[in-house]
Amino acid sequence: MASGASASERRGLSDRKIRNLFVAPALVLLIALNVFPLFWSLGLSFTRYDASNPARPPEYVGGANYGEVLRDPEVFRSFHVTARYVAAAVAIQFALGFGLALLLNRPFRGRGLVVTLLLVPTMLSPIVVGLFSKLLLEPNYGLVNSFLGAIGVADPPAWLSDPSWIWASIVLVDTWQWTPFVMLLSLAGLSAIPPHLYEAAAIDRASAWFRFTRITLPLAGPLLLLAVLFRAVDAFKLFDLVMVLVGKDQALTQTVSIRLYLEAFASWHTGSSCAMAYVVLVLVVALSNLAIRTLDRVSGGGSTA
Amino acid sequence: MRRGAAADRFAKGIVLAYLALALVPIVWMLVTSFKRNADATSLVPKFVPFGDAAVSFKPTLENYATVLGGAAGSTGTPFSRNLASSLVIGAGSTLLAVVLATLAAYGFSRFPMKGKKDWLFFILSTRMLPPLAVVIPIFLMFSRLGLTDTHLGLILLYAAFSLSLGVWLMKGFIDEIPREYEEAALVDGYTRLEAFRRVILPQAATGIATTAVFCLISAWNEFAFALILNASGATPVPVFIQGQLGDVRGVPWGELAAGALLFVLPVVAFTFLVRRHLLRGVTFGAIKR
Repeated sequence: MASGASASERRGLSDRKIRNLFVAPALVLLIALNVFPLFWSLGLSFTRYDASNPARPPEYVGGANYGEVLRDPEVFRSFHVTARYVAAAVAIQFALGFGLALLLNRPFRGRGLVVTLLLVPTMLSPIVVGLFSKLLLEPNYGLVNSFLGAIGVADPPAWLSDPSWIWASIVLVDTWQWTPFVMLLSLAGLSAIPPHLYEAAAIDRASAWFRFTRITLPLAGPLLLLAVLFRAVDAFKLFDLVMVLVGKDQALTQTVSIRLYLEAFASWHTGSSCAMAYVVLVLVVALSNLAIRTLDRVSGGGSTA
Repeated sequence: MRRGAAADRFAKGIVLAYLALALVPIVWMLVTSFKRNADATSLVPKFVPFGDAAVSFKPTLENYATVLGGAAGSTGTPFSRNLASSLVIGAGSTLLAVVLATLAAYGFSRFPMKGKKDWLFFILSTRMLPPLAVVIPIFLMFSRLGLTDTHLGLILLYAAFSLSLGVWLMKGFIDEIPREYEEAALVDGYTRLEAFRRVILPQAATGIATTAVFCLISAWNEFAFALILNASGATPVPVFIQGQLGDVRGVPWGELAAGALLFVLPVVAFTFLVRRHLLRGVTFGAIKR
């Protein structure tokens, strides 16, 4: 990140003005719509307040909301539900995405087209993805159960309405959408490995396992880690897919985001929902910091040098 | 290397099988969009658009006509009104985000600045915030300013959330333009602003277009903010689709399929348009290739 050049130093003052003029509007918008609201909700998190009843002003209650949130079994359950989902979804998507990348990491005709087509689900709105899946997973006339019936599965599950299958269904749909994302990053990691390393390993008669664990994994590692972290941050926020597939009232799938939605906009516990939002924010900021650091490492050591 | 060739064919076969499976939902939605509702919910899946076998159906364009509305000049169908909202919000927020991001990215790329890295990381971190944790104060703010259920509210909000992606992508693209081009222009007597306009902007055209596509797609697909802030006016398509699925009289699958396909068509087209920059787009410009 070298900056500053001879010509720009000479006209220091006017350049500085231009720089400020160029950067300021973006920062102003970010501060107005990101930073300021966050400070506001930090304040509200220490009050009892109902935003649907603005006639009653917020009433200061100290840290009571935080105590309530951290003790609330429903909140605890929503974290538990979300953590289990993140672990399952990210693990499956990583295995599939990395596997696909290993298979794709060789030249063949139409490879570019295949990669782009694979990525289409990732680019779609989760709401549309949910809509597609809901039709496919419909228990009576959905294509999935018709197919299962045709190959002789006697009693196919009712996917989105059967409590023991709901989570599997959501993980399945999320996997359909996001596996290509992991594949794309893995593929970038794999294709950056210089071929001569493998050639040298072949001369040394190194085993496939050795090549995989000593060359492939360490060199593709940072990008694989980035894929996992990006997915984890994203999966932690799971909201859209649950809303469209099963709605907000199914207790089994009440993720942290759904819980926040209910607290804030169904029960109108504005104060305590702000407190819960802050608990969530601290966790996400910690996780995304890790992601951003990895991103920095990847771009620093990447092709930009 | 015979063994290698066989392995390559095997690998390609598995990938193509996965791809075929992955495209089933999209193809099935396309087929459904040409079906009458009785065919869409038939117990025997109907996938042959001709003949009169058990799996045949008679294709119709009715669904597309219904969602888009008949006569021009009418107030339009619920779907076409939502689609218009999505277009206004998507275009407005993209334009705003790209302009602000390009300017900021140039500032970050070309001039020294104290704590530059911290600013850039701050900008990036705004992207990671969970919408549901941020939306409560924004809802309060927008309610007071009268920005709920308006196009303008979501335009501003989506532009703010696209900025992180925009600034990082554009900075990557501008970093790649050799400084010598501007230096030469400055030596020729151009001012900084002229150099920016005449040298940088044309050179960054591909980058600007790519950035615009990614900003547009993220605004186009957004759901959580729209659900809470624009539930009863200026509602974009995702909120409309989600509402339709809760319909107790049964889901109008044919119409929803037609609407959803019209809605994703631009996304798919743009994905192909920027296919060489997809990696860059999903990594905030960190990985260039």
